[in-house]
Amino acid sequence: MLSRVADAIYWLNRYIERAENVARFVEVNLNLLMDSPVGTAEQWNPLIEVTGDRVLFQKLYGGEATAENVLNFLTFDTRSPNSILSCVRAARENARSVRETISSEMWEQVNAFYLQVEDASEIKTRKDFHGFYSDVKVASHHFAGVTNATQSRNESWHFGQLGQLLERADKTTRILDVKYFVLLPSVDAVGSPIDDLQWIALLKSASAYEMYRKVEHTISPAGVANFLILNPYFPRSIKFCLNRAEYSLNHIANTEQHDNRLASKRSLGRLRAELEYLTLDEIFQQGLHEFLDDMQSKFNEVGNHISKDFMALPLPYVQPETDSASQSQDQSQGQSQSQSQNQSQGQSSTDSSQPTPELQEVV
Amino acid sequence: MSCIDDNIPLPTVFRLPRCHMSFKNYEPGDFYDELFSEKGVPRSAAALLIERIESLSIDSLVRRQQAAQNTLFKLGVTFNVYDDNRGSERVFPFDVVPRVVCGKEWQTLEKGLQQRITALNYFLDDIYNDQKIIEDGIVPREAIESASGYLPDCKGLKPPNGVWCHITGTDLVRDRQGTWYVLEDNLRCPSGVSYVLENRWVMKSSFPTLFEALDIKAVDDYPSRLLDTLMQLAPDISNPTVVLLTPGTYNSAYFEHSFLAQQMGIPLVEGRDLVVDGGYVKMRTTRGLKQVDVIYRRIDDDFIDPTVFRSDSTLGVPGMMAVYRDGKVAIANAPGTGVADDKLIYAYVPEMIGYYLGEEQIIPNVPTYFCEDKKQQAHVLANLDSLVVKATDASGGYGMLIGSQSTKEEQDEFAQRIKNNPRGYIAQPTLCLSRVPTLIEESFEGCHVDLRPFTLFSGQTPYVNPGGLTRVALRRGSLVVNSSQGGGSKDTWVVNT
Repeated sequence: MLSRVADAIYWLNRYIERAENVARFVEVNLNLLMDSPVGTAEQWNPLIEVTGDRVLFQKLYGGEATAENVLNFLTFDTRSPNSILSCVRAARENARSVRETISSEMWEQVNAFYLQVEDASEIKTRKDFHGFYSDVKVASHHFAGVTNATQSRNESWHFGQLGQLLERADKTTRILDVKYFVLLPSVDAVGSPIDDLQWIALLKSASAYEMYRKVEHTISPAGVANFLILNPYFPRSIKFCLNRAEYSLNHIANTEQHDNRLASKRSLGRLRAELEYLTLDEIFQQGLHEFLDDMQSKFNEVGNHISKDFMALPLPYVQPETDSASQSQDQSQGQSQSQSQNQSQGQSSTDSSQPTPELQEVV
Repeated sequence: MSCIDDNIPLPTVFRLPRCHMSFKNYEPGDFYDELFSEKGVPRSAAALLIERIESLSIDSLVRRQQAAQNTLFKLGVTFNVYDDNRGSERVFPFDVVPRVVCGKEWQTLEKGLQQRITALNYFLDDIYNDQKIIEDGIVPREAIESASGYLPDCKGLKPPNGVWCHITGTDLVRDRQGTWYVLEDNLRCPSGVSYVLENRWVMKSSFPTLFEALDIKAVDDYPSRLLDTLMQLAPDISNPTVVLLTPGTYNSAYFEHSFLAQQMGIPLVEGRDLVVDGGYVKMRTTRGLKQVDVIYRRIDDDFIDPTVFRSDSTLGVPGMMAVYRDGKVAIANAPGTGVADDKLIYAYVPEMIGYYLGEEQIIPNVPTYFCEDKKQQAHVLANLDSLVVKATDASGGYGMLIGSQSTKEEQDEFAQRIKNNPRGYIAQPTLCLSRVPTLIEESFEGCHVDLRPFTLFSGQTPYVNPGGLTRVALRRGSLVVNSSQGGGSKDTWVVNT
């Protein structure tokens, strides 16, 4: 398939998954607040820390992490490339550029998702925000379901999977990290009933509470970390995501399992193997937050290798404006959808016989 | 897509009195009406349609209209609007009352279009090679070489099967007497066929029983025929790689490019996806470079190759023309076809038909005055208030003067332009366009229409997709079918009676 198309499909899926996970962060915090004793100061700073967009937030809002600012920043602020609205918009732009490749049903769902978020951007009250985030989750699930029900398991599907799974692994580390930041100011609270409630809220935000209960029974920090990082069966755990991502990457690379010439295969394989044999004790020894941080940068590395191996093939000659086009949707938080911004030259000058010329005849 | 069923009641609170639609008060007026021969008397091909519409309640018809519009929006059947920050797309408004062309009449149109496309193709092959039509004094050399779409770099080219214009969209109009005319030829990269296909799809779900009762010619096989046409351009390759080259998502016709690529199952590529490598055009895939055999280009001639044509083009592929000359890639339509879109060249089509085919033109041209000719120019200048003046190299309604709707200042300005550049302008009498009843605010009004049928040509008899895009001026009394000014489209039914 075309490298540009692979790139767009990869990012389409990443952006949908990202929108869903931003909704999940916000939900975890809204849930935590509901369970906090009345009078406790609301904590919104942790959300900004977790998304990694602290610098941008400070620039736009002067660092005042009020509920209103943070909710707006993460949800509808188009100045932030990672707000839900920006993500869904970027997802739709990517989908639009590959409509001929994806199924009509997938396009319709992305389009509907976008229109839904666009319409919701009028929301002003906290009460309405609550319902909105679960709508976002549902819309994202709908997209995943439609994709699985209508798309052949071809190269394009596997690129979509790669995008979705790497994004999800990254965001699961961040959801776990919310708790770290919330706890920071009050280490005393560890092990208290509030602590317990907070872990439950966190699990619920990852849609993991019920599945967790079946495996771990009692709520403990170690149990939660173990489940969300190392459980091989839960679809949002890091181990699960990496296993599946490697499976898709092998399909895309279409090489022998032990052919490790591609940097993307090596980096993802190494990371997956590391997690395979890692124990919870080792994670806690390193420090949970430090471990999660380290994971995030390794995911970025994998993403960069994928981009280099499949999407940015060397050109026989250099066209300056295209050179960076498909490589530049880089992985890090805070990057923006840049893929098609530089094609606007073609607007008015081509396809001269557009379907809209005027009739000159008169009565 | 939902099928609208009359039997599903609206919630009681919203239920309108079941008032039926009626054409009793519909006034065809002093125009050629496509559905009515006179007030209250439908044309025979439209009789069943009218009867069916009259059996519907207003709310039901309005609902069908809205459902059709919603479906089109959901499908993303949109055109791009550039100066709009929010969404950059809008739906091309769709009217639920179709335009009906009777089958017999269509046969004539079909023959006329086949004749015209065949002659134009001979013409293109001739002027870029032997130039017999020039030597024989039928079309002056200056007229051809001064046409903006004429590309000297295409001289000596021999496209596969001698075909230059594989895909053509021809603009037809009808005057007050109902006479058909060719208004414009579009040989470069005509668009609009996706609306034909989508409009039909929407109409089928809105009026399924009518489609069963009437013998309406199918349009749905256009993508298959288009793909066949394109594949025939690489006759020696068993499974050629065919791609559609688009300027990108910002182009106003992007939806159509994407739609056609999807319907044909071929890659939709942009200039940056293609490279010239080892004497071939190749596309950049996740597994390296892959050879491309046929390119259905939807970018203008000028933009195809910056090393040959416009050097500022970033939409095309550097070196592609050399590969094309070498016969290592086929391009549809062939570069150079734009010369036939020139309004002055248009005026010579009747002569071409006589010269190459020895036939009389079946669908006439609109009579055209050459401003280059002193006598004709004098006539044009004396009648600016009643003629339509067009720039020969413009399309899309640009660079023209509608005399009867213009101010004295505008006429003076055009008079000056004509005198400064007589080759750049032609003039035509003002035609009074035919009308079709159109649903406007719960009643029917006659709105002016044109018709753009699409023709595919691969060397034998051209295939004309039955019907075409009917564009309609939706605003009350308006004559402009441009979508940015309230223009819309209708399904076109070729009905055998």
